[in-house]
Amino acid sequence: MGCFDENSEIMEHFFHPRNVGKIDNPDAIGHVGNPKCGDIMDLYLKIKDNIIIDAKFQTYGCAAAIASTSVLTELIKGKSIYEALKISNKKIREVLGEMPPHKYHCTVLAEQALKAAIEDYKNLASPEP
Amino acid sequence: MKKLYLDYAATTPTDPKVIKAMLPYFYKLPGNASSLHEAGQIAKKAMNQARKTIAQSIKSEPEEIVFTSGGSEADNLAIKGVFYSLDYPHQHIITSKIEHHAVLYPCQFLEKQGAEVTYLPVDKYGMVNVVKLQQAIKDETVLVSIMHANNEIGTIQPIKEIGQIIKAEKEKRKKNKNSLPIYFHTDAVQTFGHIPINVNDLNVDFLSASAHKLYGPKGVGMLYVKKGIKIESLIHGGEHEKGRRASTENISGIIGFAKAVELANQEMEKENKRLIILRDYLIKKVLDNIKGSYLNGHSEMRLPNNVNVSIEGIEGESMLIELDAFGIYCSTGSACSSATLEPSHVLMAMHLRPEVAHASLRFSLGRWTKKSDLDYVLKRLIMTVNRLREISPLKVK
Ligand SMILES: Cc1ncc(COP(=O)(O)O)c(C=O)c1O
Ligand SMILES: [Zn+2]
Repeated sequence: MGCFDENSEIMEHFFHPRNVGKIDNPDAIGHVGNPKCGDIMDLYLKIKDNIIIDAKFQTYGCAAAIASTSVLTELIKGKSIYEALKISNKKIREVLGEMPPHKYHCTVLAEQALKAAIEDYKNLASPEP
Repeated sequence: MKKLYLDYAATTPTDPKVIKAMLPYFYKLPGNASSLHEAGQIAKKAMNQARKTIAQSIKSEPEEIVFTSGGSEADNLAIKGVFYSLDYPHQHIITSKIEHHAVLYPCQFLEKQGAEVTYLPVDKYGMVNVVKLQQAIKDETVLVSIMHANNEIGTIQPIKEIGQIIKAEKEKRKKNKNSLPIYFHTDAVQTFGHIPINVNDLNVDFLSASAHKLYGPKGVGMLYVKKGIKIESLIHGGEHEKGRRASTENISGIIGFAKAVELANQEMEKENKRLIILRDYLIKKVLDNIKGSYLNGHSEMRLPNNVNVSIEGIEGESMLIELDAFGIYCSTGSACSSATLEPSHVLMAMHLRPEVAHASLRFSLGRWTKKSDLDYVLKRLIMTVNRLREISPLKVK
């Protein structure tokens, strides 16, 4: 196998990504990246009483980007948004295992997708002024 | 699992016939070509013969061939060798935006040494505009370096026309008593041993080649230097290669290089016909079967073995990784790395839309590629594209 170990978590999540897709009527959407930088992540959350009860994603990007969002959705499901906010790109790398440093930015982008989604939720949830 | 090597543009397997020709020069014939004893003279004779074979293959003379450690060194030697041979303060160099880094980086280096460099744009097919090149020539221009064919997209450049332009400029300078020389270098690493090359026809002063792109060994290449041109050596330490490159000659590598050239010349015409059919077959199949797919590069002025396609909605590296897992080895101009996050400088220079530039795959075919291989690639590629498009938020209309 090539640049990633065949048995690595990256390959596992790349070939069998969890929670792919969209959520109808999501409570929050995190959209990060753009075609120019080569990675786009869309994260959809269903949130009830500040608990993330469902998470789905769609990612355009490299294998590490796809694996990062897949891991992210697994990490945040069932957590409160406050707990979820503590999940960093480092945590995603811990799950994914060894990866070349030039791939770190893919995990950073996944963290940003989560932050963006929770920001989106807060904006929605805040009462009208 | 079946393994399918489709990255011949990156490097080729060494032909077993080449290996066989090389083997005696490791142990049985150990000589240093500079030694005066018999062993040394055997090495020297073999090297001279190899030099002759390679020189003849491009209609040049043996003294015009400088052996190097590969294509990168040949490019560096041409560019820096010219710069350092001329005692002139404001040298101007013309090159293109799609050159290999072995040309671009030496040019950037020389900018720091006081040279001025013009990087010519290319059109959407990756073709250098000859008129723009002609307009870029100034009285201070000392070197024009344009690759014969691009390694990523396979576009073959109008080298003969450019050669004519530079020939005319040389004559003009002679008439105007401008004693500054102007030279024409072409990086022929992707074409040497693949399509016919005649240095007199092309009017080039320098030409780079590398053995490992034509079924020869890695770590050996050459620079053709037209008779009468003096270049500064980059490696000082002896009178090897007529003072143009010091170091004990890589005899086994040079023998292998010449053998590879010999085989290439025997098979070139037939092999090219075969490869063009395979190339166009794969291109057509991809474009017909995968919507949102595009050919990168020129459809006709194209290396016989180069297939470069973009598949919208999916990033190239992810396709590459999945194909790799199924034993298909190809390459992409879209590797995702934090340094730039940008697709290759070649695809950027062609002004592809970012979605397309990030979605490129290069399959380069070669001596051992069969049609059935391509059918397997197509089947796998379609499955890969379908799977990754399911995951992608970018939908293809
Ligand atoms: C167009 C071109 N120039 C130069 C090189 C460098 O050749 P080498 O690997 O022999 O240094 C390559 C191959 O990588 C190439 O494709
Ligand atoms: Zn990435």
